[in-house]
Amino acid sequence: MVLVLALGDLHIPHRAPDLPPKFKSMLVPGKIQHIICTGNLCIKEVHDYLKSLCPDMHVTRGEYDEDSRYLETKTLTIGQFKLGICHGHQVIPWGDLDSLAMLQRQLDVDILVTGHTHQFKAYKHEGGVVINPGSATGAYSSITYDVNPSFVLMDIDGLRVVVYVYELIDGEVKVDKIDFKKTATTNSAH
Amino acid sequence: MISNIAEDEDKWLAEGIAGIQHNAFYMHRSLDSNNLREALKYSAQMLSELRTSRLSPHKYYELYMRAFDELRKLEIFFKDESKHGCSIIDLYELVQHAGNILPRLYLLCTVGSVYIKSKEAPAKDVLKDLVEMCRGVQHPIRGLFLRSYLSQVSRDKLPDIGSDYEGDADTVMDAVEFVLQNFTEMNKLWVRMQHQGPGRAKEKQEKERSELRDLVGKNLHVLSQIEGIDLEMYKDTVLPRVLEQVVNCKDELAQYYLMDCIIQVFPDEYHLQTLETLLGACPQLQPTVDIKTVLSQLMERLSNYAASSAEVLPDFLQVEAFAKLSSAIGKVIEAQVDMPVVGAITLYVSLLTFTLRVHPDRLDYVDQVLGACVKKLCGKPKLEDSKATKQIVALLSAPLEKYNDIVTALTLSNYPRVMDHLDNGTNKIMAMVIIQSIMKNSTCISTADKVEALFELIKGLIKDLDGFPVDELDEEDFKDEQNSVARLIHMFYNDDPEEMLKIICTVKKHIMTGGSRRLPFTVPPLIFSALRLVRRLQGQEGDVVGEEEPATPKKIFQLLNQAANDCDLEPVAYEFFTQAFILYEEEIADSKAQVTAIHLIIGTLQRMNVFGVENRDTLTHKATGYSAKLLKKPDQCRAVYACSHLFWVDDQDGIKDGERVMLCLKRALRIANAAQQMATVARGSSGPVTLFVEILNKYIYFFEKGNSQVTSSAIQGLIELITSEMQSESTTPDPSSDAFFASTMRYIQFQKQKGGAMGEKYDSIKA
Repeated sequence: MVLVLALGDLHIPHRAPDLPPKFKSMLVPGKIQHIICTGNLCIKEVHDYLKSLCPDMHVTRGEYDEDSRYLETKTLTIGQFKLGICHGHQVIPWGDLDSLAMLQRQLDVDILVTGHTHQFKAYKHEGGVVINPGSATGAYSSITYDVNPSFVLMDIDGLRVVVYVYELIDGEVKVDKIDFKKTATTNSAH
Repeated sequence: MISNIAEDEDKWLAEGIAGIQHNAFYMHRSLDSNNLREALKYSAQMLSELRTSRLSPHKYYELYMRAFDELRKLEIFFKDESKHGCSIIDLYELVQHAGNILPRLYLLCTVGSVYIKSKEAPAKDVLKDLVEMCRGVQHPIRGLFLRSYLSQVSRDKLPDIGSDYEGDADTVMDAVEFVLQNFTEMNKLWVRMQHQGPGRAKEKQEKERSELRDLVGKNLHVLSQIEGIDLEMYKDTVLPRVLEQVVNCKDELAQYYLMDCIIQVFPDEYHLQTLETLLGACPQLQPTVDIKTVLSQLMERLSNYAASSAEVLPDFLQVEAFAKLSSAIGKVIEAQVDMPVVGAITLYVSLLTFTLRVHPDRLDYVDQVLGACVKKLCGKPKLEDSKATKQIVALLSAPLEKYNDIVTALTLSNYPRVMDHLDNGTNKIMAMVIIQSIMKNSTCISTADKVEALFELIKGLIKDLDGFPVDELDEEDFKDEQNSVARLIHMFYNDDPEEMLKIICTVKKHIMTGGSRRLPFTVPPLIFSALRLVRRLQGQEGDVVGEEEPATPKKIFQLLNQAANDCDLEPVAYEFFTQAFILYEEEIADSKAQVTAIHLIIGTLQRMNVFGVENRDTLTHKATGYSAKLLKKPDQCRAVYACSHLFWVDDQDGIKDGERVMLCLKRALRIANAAQQMATVARGSSGPVTLFVEILNKYIYFFEKGNSQVTSSAIQGLIELITSEMQSESTTPDPSSDAFFASTMRYIQFQKQKGGAMGEKYDSIKA
């Protein structure tokens, strides 16, 4: 059982002051094995805070990130799954699932984590799963109205991944979960 | 010269110790042979060593301790009448024949201890006798140690209630009398020390006196342990008598130490009930006494007492503690004209802590304390003393921590006035403290007035204060400061749009004074705040922001575009796009930044439906043009095929211009080809075929969407092109493009096998 936290689009300090207190109290160091961040943190302070939750942190560059060393895309392997990360402002049309599927094929990954739209999505297609953890702070977005703060926790166990999505709606944290199973035959050429 | 004295002292001490040991040896022999006379003779000789005047208190103490240990053995002997055959009363008489007074009195105290234990006489009588007899020794050091000995041996034999030696109805009073008398005499001796001894340096003298202070203070400790003393007795007898001695001795060292002792040793509830008396003594003390420390200690103890249990709080109100303390402090500050500012501030900090603990709901008290502080600081130049500024920061932070709500602090009228007296550096530190308090408590500031008041407090961060140009500041610190201000702006919120608008205008007014270095930090959060408001006011004219914001990243413009789109304001949106393109041309030189920027332009434009045909054409043309002019060929290719989406929007009224889509894709293909050839020329081998695979995927995308211009033969052709490129000898194998192509082909297969309309479409494509 490997826990992976996926979040992004915090936009601190331009669009939000901080993570919601209810989220902050849930995110405790030492419980999570990996952090995947889609980008738009934006300042070093936020990077340091996330790093304190878990040292194995993977960040891709959002268009507002101040740190220019973040990569445009990143891939990593966790257990039986290959994961890809990309902020998503580079994939046009924004939020378009078919275009995102193309990126997924290009990166050759089972799970693609992207952001930019500030809206949670978990979409399964023949090539794998596309997950958008939304905006962890509920930051303003020109693409989505009424952004609720959200983040995703993935529990990777063998060929199965359970995706828990945490959303802050009207001051309450609501949790939902989605199951994905990877069939052995969809392994790629590697 | 001085080292000689030290050496001499060591020599004398050694001689003294030798003398004690010598006589003790013989004393032991006498004790073993039950020879009372001899024992008394040798013990007296031994005790004669304590008659010396040559030792400093520190060394004398060593000598004393040796004697003390030996006297314990003697006492055991005295107790056992069977050994020496003398009744205790006779013994008491006998020891008074010793030649010199000091040994005589030590022996008398020792016997006295046994006498009390025997209960052949009431404890009070023996004690009275002893404490009076000790008057015979008036030498300060010798007298102090003698009386200390008396105190030590009598400690467990006081006629306290519940003790073995309890006397009649006034028994406690007797015990108290004894201790008070001993204390009084010891204090007199102690004070007299400063007048003795020729040519002793003042410092040395004070040091020596200091070493002895605990001997005097011990008596107060003993008093506090007497069980029979209740509040009444403390109030009526004990405290007044002690204070009388403290005031009358007119000695600075003694007064300071003893006041402190009283406060530490007696229970807090007593202090509360005798507050007036205690505070009343303060002005009567010597002017050089550091009374402020004493008062601070008292207030701290009372604060802790208040914090310990809520039940005691009413007592505080009943005795009007705040009023008394407040006026006492005022009097002290007035009287001690030379007190440095830090001293006065420390007092106020203690008083404030006290007030916050005991009367947290009385904001008027809190404001009063701050006001008194302002008065003290008034007329003086800005503080430079770091200790004083630290105290002021503590003073200002206390209400923040207590109330956890900046709004409460904003109501304290004297709060900003205190801040005004800080130097610029500390002012900024305090401003940061305030912001951190707001962030930590997630406080929401909800009216323009409060925002105004808040900005007044933190003005050091908002703009350059006089004489403190921004350039002097460390880069990192400056960034942290401004980011904090940025985050703060998000804490201003009100559901009522009118009030929210007022808030936004207030914020704008203030941040505009910040200068060009601050605006890049402070303007974005304001803009987003405004955008949120605009969204709420959907459909109404919300032209709150819109003027020039220098150095704002162009990305902001994208959002303004979208917002304008939402509001159906075509001319405004067009204007924003124009500005965006101008910025792109003029400000963005870095090629990586250009790539990002162009994607933002394309992405935004793709979603806009507010433009009429002509305007849209102009903008898409511009976008495509810039895409093709990016520096690196792969970037060009990708931007151009991204532009293809500008001509195909999936909504029901969306534009669906299949031809222009194809034009873009073909153009991208040409660029990809050119890139391929350049790679061949430059490196002798073709570059990776990734670009082709990407374009293939785009073909598939539009094919599936029903763009008739994208035919299956076009797709087939591209597949074959890619395959041949990959198999060509001159191509360097690239695993990631291979994988990409493979997964693309898998996708095509998958779609074919789907059957139905999709399967039909793909029918003619061979994988």
